[in-house]
Amino acid sequence: MLRQGSRLLSRSVTAASSKSATARAFSTELPSTIDSTFVESWKKVAPNMDPPQTPSSFMKPRPSTASSIPTKLTVNFVLPYASELSEKEVDMVIIPATTGQMGVLPGHVPTIAELKPGIMSVHEGTDIKKYFVSSGFAFLHANSVADIIAVEAVPLENIDAGQVQKGLAEFTQKLASATTDLEKAEAQIGVEVHSAMNAALSG
Amino acid sequence: MASSAAVPFWRTAGMTYITYSNICANLVRNCLKEPFKAEALSREKVHFSISKWAGGKPEKPILRSDTPGV
Repeated sequence: MLRQGSRLLSRSVTAASSKSATARAFSTELPSTIDSTFVESWKKVAPNMDPPQTPSSFMKPRPSTASSIPTKLTVNFVLPYASELSEKEVDMVIIPATTGQMGVLPGHVPTIAELKPGIMSVHEGTDIKKYFVSSGFAFLHANSVADIIAVEAVPLENIDAGQVQKGLAEFTQKLASATTDLEKAEAQIGVEVHSAMNAALSG
Repeated sequence: MASSAAVPFWRTAGMTYITYSNICANLVRNCLKEPFKAEALSREKVHFSISKWAGGKPEKPILRSDTPGV
């Protein structure tokens, strides 16, 4: 096992040194990711040493934002166990952000939104597809790509109204009888999620 | 300098975001109609065993499993 250790170590060292050697060759060609004030102050202090690489100089440049707003929004909607929508071009999505229902059109301001339990609708022409999202995040990028991630998202038809009502009654009762902070928080989450599902089914 | 962001109620009760998110997901799964509910619950089954180590030897493992008897 220790014999393997030295082989693995030397492999990682040579990989690092070869990568930094090639990166050094290119570093002057990526002015956008080099901090020029840092480089200048480095040269004043240690003129004979190359300035160190920073992680940003190894990164690919960010995808450029188109100068004109694209006509379609590209949506990637992923769940931990499935990729529900992958690079789908749509006209608009409405996401249940904690700050309220947010409509996202192509050219939306770059935003990171935390999602609350609620309905997410994907609008493509006259088609509207609705999902109930349990919680998650939406990352809206400058190039009109929206990455929406959720832990659980189901089409509204798959929700059982009877169980929602039962759950709502159960958690409302738990909220009234809760003692510790944690119990209260759990009961409140239950009430919130079930009310959202109720509203989704009747709305 | 006091932070001005409003803290969600679950955070003040000591819960993390992941715990909150997993509780929400479980509640939604429990309200699904039949074939979907069975699929979702079977997908989320976990099975693991933990053993604490003391003095270089593992102690009796704790088994956490949603498929009993395995």
